[in-house]
Amino acid sequence: MSAVAFSALESALEETPIAYDGLSADVDEEGYQLETPAERIRTDQLETEALSEFAPWVQNWWYWRRECEVRAPAGRRYLRMLERAESMAVPERMDALQEGIATEWGELTLNTSVDHEGRRRYTVRHTADAGGADLEQLESPEDARALATFDAAGRYRPLKSAPTLRRGWSFTEVTAESLVRIIGYLYPASIPNWNREQTGTLDVSHWQPTAERQTGIYGIIEELDLAAVDRIAATCCVDEECLKRREWEYDADTALSADGGAGAFPCREPCSLVVAAARKWTTLERESQETYQIDLTPSEASQLSAIIDAVADGATGEIREADVGEGANRYRARYLREKLFGEEDSLPLRPKQGLLRRMLRGLI
Amino acid sequence: MQALVIVAHGSHLNPDSAAPTYAHADTIRATGAFDVVQTGFWKEEPSLREVLRTVGAEEVYVVPLFISEGYFTEQVIPRELRLEGWDVSAWDSDGLSASTATLPAADTGQTIHYCGPVGTHPAMTDVIIQRAESVTGDSDVGQGAGLAVVGHGTDRNANSAKAIEYHAERIRARERFDEVQALYMDEEPEVDDVTEFFETEDIVVVPLFIADGFHTQEDIPEDMGLTDDYRDGYPVPARVDGHRIYYSGAVGTEPLMAEVILERAADAGAEVGSARADVTAAAGATVRGD
Repeated sequence: MSAVAFSALESALEETPIAYDGLSADVDEEGYQLETPAERIRTDQLETEALSEFAPWVQNWWYWRRECEVRAPAGRRYLRMLERAESMAVPERMDALQEGIATEWGELTLNTSVDHEGRRRYTVRHTADAGGADLEQLESPEDARALATFDAAGRYRPLKSAPTLRRGWSFTEVTAESLVRIIGYLYPASIPNWNREQTGTLDVSHWQPTAERQTGIYGIIEELDLAAVDRIAATCCVDEECLKRREWEYDADTALSADGGAGAFPCREPCSLVVAAARKWTTLERESQETYQIDLTPSEASQLSAIIDAVADGATGEIREADVGEGANRYRARYLREKLFGEEDSLPLRPKQGLLRRMLRGLI
Repeated sequence: MQALVIVAHGSHLNPDSAAPTYAHADTIRATGAFDVVQTGFWKEEPSLREVLRTVGAEEVYVVPLFISEGYFTEQVIPRELRLEGWDVSAWDSDGLSASTATLPAADTGQTIHYCGPVGTHPAMTDVIIQRAESVTGDSDVGQGAGLAVVGHGTDRNANSAKAIEYHAERIRARERFDEVQALYMDEEPEVDDVTEFFETEDIVVVPLFIADGFHTQEDIPEDMGLTDDYRDGYPVPARVDGHRIYYSGAVGTEPLMAEVILERAADAGAEVGSARADVTAAAGATVRGD
């Protein structure tokens, strides 16, 4: 069962003693010495039958030191987190891996298991499909890139961390190297950024330095004040819109009041979508406010709120065709448009006297 | 360990924008010439700010999938990659000759070989001709035909037009096509009047763009009169003013582009072994350079 691992250990000890995850092993003229927190043994031969108590330890060493293709520290720390390597001792961990250890990552549930020789294998699914059958089996990590490109309705996903990942697929028992690449396509840079956070080296770039860095058409976003930036964070960065956990604030001394979310991995600076949207809001915020007047019934006034809510929450598709009780129902909106717009192509909002009065005051 | 990072513009709106970048990355990855082949984008993920930390290698060859030297290659990409001590003088370029500059990345400590854009590499000339062969289905296309190389053009950056003229001139020198013209979307001579610039009945039009999108699939086909409404598509060839126009769409989608990316990395010192030949064969390329 563990012949591969013990044979590798024998070869390794010809070079140097080993110490890994609680297992120490050495060889001298008197034979092999193996030690774990539970046990210590001297033996002439690394016969696997006789050393069955050590088998999980040796398999674990073999997998991480010889077999696992992932060498980058970020990837390795991530993989070890997936099997709770820092909190679970080897025998307990190997038992748990037989059953599988589940971890949520964005909308994914990753299941880590182990084969009879100690090799880790990973299954990746949408959390909503975690126990599901009839899933399309994906093979190549590049399949994950295609998966991440469109949502279930076939719309392009410009933000990979939006909670709109399609369901109905599975990567089943893939290698560690494939897993890291799959995560790299589904949640780009989430592993290295998580790793930096774990090691206290996450390079957060707050709103202010990010805005100051911009050039070209985005140079103007520096104009936005704290209140506007707070609105942007509440608009774009909450968990309903993005599963990264926002760690950037207005600046190093000024926190934003918007909720940063509870995501597993951090967001270290305003992303390109936020910057591009902020440019639009910058130009919109340059306009000064006016007071408008419009005549509405109380129900029509609350209907306007319902329409804004439905659009902002992406809920228009959920309102049933004939549910005229909903203010944001399509027929209700069409009726309101007929009534309010008349022959015009937009709401008949009239600047209230204030504008005229201010102009006159300017003249006087 | 050596890594290749292909950086491109990308889009918040159009999934086709990144498609050629992904396709060429996959082609090069399959050659095994690099330990890692990664893509990074200005508008997509991983972002230019975070792409370097996604590759473990100490030596990274960064190739911009852009047509010309300008704002993106000179300012945006080096800034976002945090290339320490970058100044455009490091390329010592006349606007066409940027090859490579080696700098450390401030946030990762990696050694970055920052290459010139693919669009100005001499090998790009072959890709344009290969594109003309692809769209006409004729590996001998040239005699009796005209070729229009179309660029975006912009008054703000002279280098934009330089790249177009450079390749047009190189193709002209090969005396393969009866006529070769450089045309532009936003400056004179304009692609709208394409038929006025050619005597030949057949005109092959190759836009020097990285990806298909608004410009190559909507503006240019309508401006040339290939279609009244881009949503209806356009025929290839299309009849316009007594000419037959073979419009190829963005040159960047041509599989042979992967070879130009490899050329850029190799020029910067990457060990690419037989990868260039592998990629050329995989692309079914028939064009041989000068």
